[in-house]
Amino acid sequence: MAELTKKERMKIPRQDMPVQKADDRVKNFNEVALGFTLELARKEAERCLQCKEPKCMEGCPVEVSIPEFIEAVRSGDMTEAVRIMKDKNNLPAICGRVCPQEVQCESRCILGKKGEPVAIGRIERFVGDFELDCSTCQIGRGPSTGKKVAVVGSGPASLTCAVDLARMGHDVTIFESLHTPGGVLVYGIPEFRLPKAVIRAEIETAAKALAIEILTDHVIGRTLTIDELAAEHDAIFLGTGAGLPMFMRIPGINLNGVMSANEFLTRVNLMRGYQFPEFDTPVKIGNKVAVIGAGNVAMDSARCSLRLQSLRSKNGQPEGEVHIVYRRSPAEVPARLEEVHHAQEEGVIFDFLTNPVEIIGDEKGAVRAMRCIRMELGEPDASGRRSPVPIKGSEFEMEVDQVIMALGTSPNPLVFINAGGLERSRHGTVVANQETGRTTMKGVWAGGDVVTGAATVISAMGAGKRAAADIDRYLKGESSW
Amino acid sequence: MYRIVEKQVLSDVTKLMVVEAPQIARKARAGQFIIVLMHDKGERIPLTIADYDRDAGTITMIFQEVGKSTMQMGTMEVGDEFKTIVGPLGHPTEIESYGKVMCVGGGVGIAPVYPIARELKEAGNYVISVIGARTKELLLWEDKMRAVSDELIVTTDDGSHGRKALVTVPIKEILEAQPGQIAKIWAIGPAIMMKFVAATTKPFNVPTVVSLNTIMVDGTGMCGGCRVLTEEGAKFVCVDGPEFDAQTVDWNSLLSRMAFYRSEEAEAVERWRNTHQCKLTGAVAKGAE
Repeated sequence: MAELTKKERMKIPRQDMPVQKADDRVKNFNEVALGFTLELARKEAERCLQCKEPKCMEGCPVEVSIPEFIEAVRSGDMTEAVRIMKDKNNLPAICGRVCPQEVQCESRCILGKKGEPVAIGRIERFVGDFELDCSTCQIGRGPSTGKKVAVVGSGPASLTCAVDLARMGHDVTIFESLHTPGGVLVYGIPEFRLPKAVIRAEIETAAKALAIEILTDHVIGRTLTIDELAAEHDAIFLGTGAGLPMFMRIPGINLNGVMSANEFLTRVNLMRGYQFPEFDTPVKIGNKVAVIGAGNVAMDSARCSLRLQSLRSKNGQPEGEVHIVYRRSPAEVPARLEEVHHAQEEGVIFDFLTNPVEIIGDEKGAVRAMRCIRMELGEPDASGRRSPVPIKGSEFEMEVDQVIMALGTSPNPLVFINAGGLERSRHGTVVANQETGRTTMKGVWAGGDVVTGAATVISAMGAGKRAAADIDRYLKGESSW
Repeated sequence: MYRIVEKQVLSDVTKLMVVEAPQIARKARAGQFIIVLMHDKGERIPLTIADYDRDAGTITMIFQEVGKSTMQMGTMEVGDEFKTIVGPLGHPTEIESYGKVMCVGGGVGIAPVYPIARELKEAGNYVISVIGARTKELLLWEDKMRAVSDELIVTTDDGSHGRKALVTVPIKEILEAQPGQIAKIWAIGPAIMMKFVAATTKPFNVPTVVSLNTIMVDGTGMCGGCRVLTEEGAKFVCVDGPEFDAQTVDWNSLLSRMAFYRSEEAEAVERWRNTHQCKLTGAVAKGAE
C-alpha cells in the first residue's frame, strides 16, 4: 500500500467488526463478534497517525507498544506484530476480546478527539487470533535463576505474573482450585464473548513455552496452605480474585430459583450446562428471569438467559422475558457500553430505578414474584454517583420465576486459612502495596481482584505484571523486603 | 492421578471406592468432604470422606447410585481414574473429650459418621452409635462401627436385621433413660432423617450436629448453590459447614432446595438407562461417553 497522508488516514472510517446478527446469535452460544479479516485489520491500522508521543500507551495497564504493533499490522508483517505484542502481553486474543478499550487505550487516541479512535482492541484481537492459528512467536525462558515461585490462582493476574516470572528465568508453579485453569475467564465470561478454546490455547501455549507447571484441583487453604507454600518457595503471588458472591439481605433469597450470577454462569460456562444432558450439569431457566444489578456480570447472565430460553423453546425463538433490574439510572450503569448495547439488541428488558425488597415464593418454595420499589436519584454518594432513594408508596409486584443476583463479589476467605501475617481490609481484600503488590507477609505478593475487589481483566493483568517485576528484583537481591 | 485401587460392592446400589489422592489423604479429617468429577462432561459431586489412609495416600468414599452420575460412577473399576478429586473441603468435626456422646448414621450416612465416631473414641469419649438402613442389604460397616463404639444399636425399617425401627426410636429411649448424660450427638443421613433426629433431640436440649449434603458446584464458596437457611441467616454448606447445629436449620427450605433439579435428574437417569442399560438383562455397560 502506498503511504497515505495524515489527512487521508483521517478520512478512513473506523472499521466495523463483523458480528452475528442479534436474531441469530440469541439462539446459540457461538461467539458474537467474529473478528477482523486481514484486510479489515490493515485498513483499520492505516488510520493510526503514529503519534510521536502516543497517548494510547498511557491508557494500557500493561504498556503494550501500541503504535508499533499497529504499524507492523499495517505493513502486513504479522510476525513482527505478534513479537511486539508478546513483549508486553501474552494473552492478546483474550485481552482483545474482554478489555474495556473504550476507557483505556482507545480513550486516549488522538483521533477520538474529533471522530472515532483507532479500534486498537479489534486489531489486538486480530493479532492474538493470528498467533493462535500460526504460532510464529516462540517466547523464551530466561536463564534459570533456580528460584521457585508459587502463583495461587490462574486468572488474569496470576497468568500474567506467572508468564513474566518464567520469562525472567524463575521456576513457576500455578495452583488452581478448579479443574480447569483460567479463573474468571472460564467460569465467569460466557463462550459467546470469550470462547473456551481461545483461553485454553493461549494458556497452554504460554505454559508450554515457559515450562510453567499448572496444578489444578488445589484449594489453597485446604489442600495446601500459604504457610506450607511459603516453606517450599522463594516467593508467592496471590491472584485468587473475588469469587465469593453477594446476596441481597431481603426475605426470600433461599427460594428455589434464586441464585448467584456466579452459580448460574459457572453452571452455564465452566460446566457447559447449556449442553445438558450431553454434559451432566443441569441449569434451570425461567420463563421470566430477573437479573439484579447492571455490571458486566449482569449483562452476561441476562444474555445467557436469553440463549437458554431459545435453546429450550420448541421453535428456536426466544420464549419468555429477561429483565435487568437496577436501582440506579442508565447513566450509572457500570457495564461496558458495548455489552449493554448487545444485551438491548438481543431483547433484554431494562428496569431502571427499581429495587427488589422481597422475593415471594409459591407453596412449593419456588420463586413466584418479586416485590420491588421505585427509586429516584438523590445526592451524590461516596462513589460520586447520585445515590438512589426509595419513593414512598411505590411498591409493586413483578411476576418472575427466576432471580439471578449479580451484585458483585468479594475475595474467597479460604485461601487465608493458615496464612501467617496476611493482613486484610474490612472488605476482605488483601492489603498490598499498589505499585509493588507486596503484602504484609514477607515473601508474599498479591494483585488483581483479591486486592481491589471485582475490577477488570486488564487491571488485574497490570497488577500481575508490576508484582512480577518486584518479585524479580527481590529474588535477584536488588531489593530487600 | 486419582486412580481407583479398590472397589467393593456393598449392595446393589451402594459402592465403596478407595482412590489414590495423597494430598487429600495427608490433610483429611473427620467431617470433611471432597468434590469428584469423573470426566470432561461430568458434574462436580460432593461426597463425604468415609476414611483415609495417610501412609497409603488413599481416601475412601462410599456412594449410593441415586442419579446418572453416581450410576456411572458405579461402573468404574479398579484402575480407572477420576478426572478430578478436590479437597479436603469444609470444616473438620470438632473433636474433644465431651464424655458420653452419640453417633447416628442412616444409610450411606453411616460412612461419614464412622471417622467421627473413631476420632471421638480416640479422644476418650464413651461412644454410643445408632446405625440404621431401610433393609439389611443397605446397612453397611456394622463391624467397623462396632469396633469404634462402646455400644452399638442397629435398626432397619423392615426389621430384616437388628431392631425394626427408625433410628429416632432408640435415640429417644437412650435420652430418656440417661437424662443429662449424653453431651453431644452427631447425626448423618438423608436430610429427612436428620430433620427427624433434630426434632427428637430438641426436647432434651442435647447439642445435635448434622452434616449437610446440599447441591454444590465448586464446593469452595464460589457459587452459593449450597446455601442453607439457619437462624443466623443464609450459610454456605461448603465453607461454613458441612456441619451445623441441627436445631438452627430450616429443614423445609433445605428439603425443597435439594429437590430443585429433580426433573433434570430424572431426565438424565432416563437417558443413561436408554443408552447404557440392557433392556433384557438390566446389565449396565461401562461408562465412557
